[in-house]
Amino acid sequence: MSTVPTMASTRAADIVGVRRRRRESFIAWLFLLPSLVGLGIFIFYPLVRSLYLSVHGNDIFGGAGAFVGARNYAQMLASPDFRHVLVNTLLFTLLTVVPGVLGALTVVLLLETRVRATRVFRTAFAIPLAFSAASASVIFAVIYNPAIGVANGVLGQLGIDRIGWLTDPSIALLSVSITTVWMQFGFGVLVLAAGVGGIPPEIFEAGRLDGATGWRLARSVTIPLLGPQLFFLVVVSTIHSLQSFGQIHILTRGGPDGATTTLVYSIYQQAFAFGSSNFGLASAQALVLLLIVLGCSALQFGVLERKVHYS
Amino acid sequence: MSRRFSSVAGWVVLVIAAIGVLFPVYYAVVGSVMGPRDLASYPPSLFPHSLHLDNLRDVFTVIPLGRQYLNSVLQAGLITLSQLVTSVLAAYAFAFLTFRWRAGVFGVFLATLMVPWEAIILPNYLLISGWGLADTLPGLVLPFLVNAFGTFLLRQSFLQFPRELRDAARVDGCNHLRFLWRILLPLQKPALAATAVYVFLSAWNQYFWPLLITSTPTMQTLQIGITQLRDAEAADPGLILAGVTLSLLPTLALVIFGQRFIVRGLVAGSSR
Repeated sequence: MSTVPTMASTRAADIVGVRRRRRESFIAWLFLLPSLVGLGIFIFYPLVRSLYLSVHGNDIFGGAGAFVGARNYAQMLASPDFRHVLVNTLLFTLLTVVPGVLGALTVVLLLETRVRATRVFRTAFAIPLAFSAASASVIFAVIYNPAIGVANGVLGQLGIDRIGWLTDPSIALLSVSITTVWMQFGFGVLVLAAGVGGIPPEIFEAGRLDGATGWRLARSVTIPLLGPQLFFLVVVSTIHSLQSFGQIHILTRGGPDGATTTLVYSIYQQAFAFGSSNFGLASAQALVLLLIVLGCSALQFGVLERKVHYS
Repeated sequence: MSRRFSSVAGWVVLVIAAIGVLFPVYYAVVGSVMGPRDLASYPPSLFPHSLHLDNLRDVFTVIPLGRQYLNSVLQAGLITLSQLVTSVLAAYAFAFLTFRWRAGVFGVFLATLMVPWEAIILPNYLLISGWGLADTLPGLVLPFLVNAFGTFLLRQSFLQFPRELRDAARVDGCNHLRFLWRILLPLQKPALAATAVYVFLSAWNQYFWPLLITSTPTMQTLQIGITQLRDAEAADPGLILAGVTLSLLPTLALVIFGQRFIVRGLVAGSSR
């Protein structure tokens, strides 16, 4: 007997609930709208247009010409210049990521046992974060200056001949890498220091009670526990290095003789720097860059996912 | 004995590393007040023998540094403001509202964080210059008014907000905007500051996009200006370093005084 009014009121509540949910979902989409529009216009549409440009030729104004299928890709893969670019990119990544991560790790491990100095030193090591690619590169350009630069001045004091830091093809990539390591150093120190800060002090205590100090404590306790941060740092530094543009453009313009032309710089040269813009080839190379960076990110997500599953 | 040795060795390594990291900063600041004789001497002198403040004044006449400073402040300021507003709204939707495809849309936001800007800079350039916005302030900032990083960071922080507080506000008839403005945001200042510091730093330090999209010196940002000091004909290291030092003031202040916010942003990044 009483079932009828109950059902009616449930239905009334349902209707109110549906209306509230509809309203809530309307507000949600309204709040998301500015972001969706921005990401759509400036990220997703450009991705599609890159793909489109990469399978088209160029008209005389550098715009998209006729459909050419995979011709830009074939041309790119067959070109010895492009292989040179890939080798440079790989070398540059190794020369920046390996010393950068090992350097930051060394500093953080040394700071960890010197509690009183940590704050001052950490601020000192964070300072490069304030520098743009432009400001860092301009300072290093003065330091590398063959005649009046400090780099050669120091070598001169040691009785070593002057080096063409930015003009010697066998040195230039190393010089740009040194600048890049310097620029990324603050980031590495802050990430690893935050990781050390997250390790419970009891774990270090337990390690010390077992007689582990210094390097043994670092090797058997700190470094293993820093695993996730170290992995994150390697992936993110790799991505940063792959995206480096300013230091190359300002210090060497990709030279001497292509010795510092990495993938990003090659994209820039194809699209903007040579007399005739080749948007098709530049876009094909941009998609290679995209795939490499997406691969790094996927690796990071995959590994972090596994870590979450098994812990 | 050996422990003391390794402790001393540790200090030596730390101090050498600190000198290596700080030297370029020291050189920029001190070099900007060194006289031409100090800078051009061989071997190069590392300490100024006389204080030379002319560079800090002259650099304003070699390039339109004042105007470029204003451009950079406007550019980085507008980008920061816009990203804060759009990220707060989007993060609110993801953290507090239920709607269809929420997880999927959030996945799309995250996916945009993996796209390297350099890979899509050419189509963006074609788009902005096609709209006739090359060499204008709108052209400089438009592609960066929205970014998923802030949404991601703020959503993490919003999710920590106690549900009871929010439900209590709803029972009191507080609508979404009121709740957001009056109750949520005042309690989210650290997360907002972390987002703002991170976005401002990266906007201020941009180089590739301003290089492409601007061409007249009075429309360019500081980052482009200081590199042109180097390309200028009678490239004078004192002038170059003076320009660099002046361009660094805002970001140096942020890194030194806002360090804990930067760390917060980084940690959010490392847990994503």
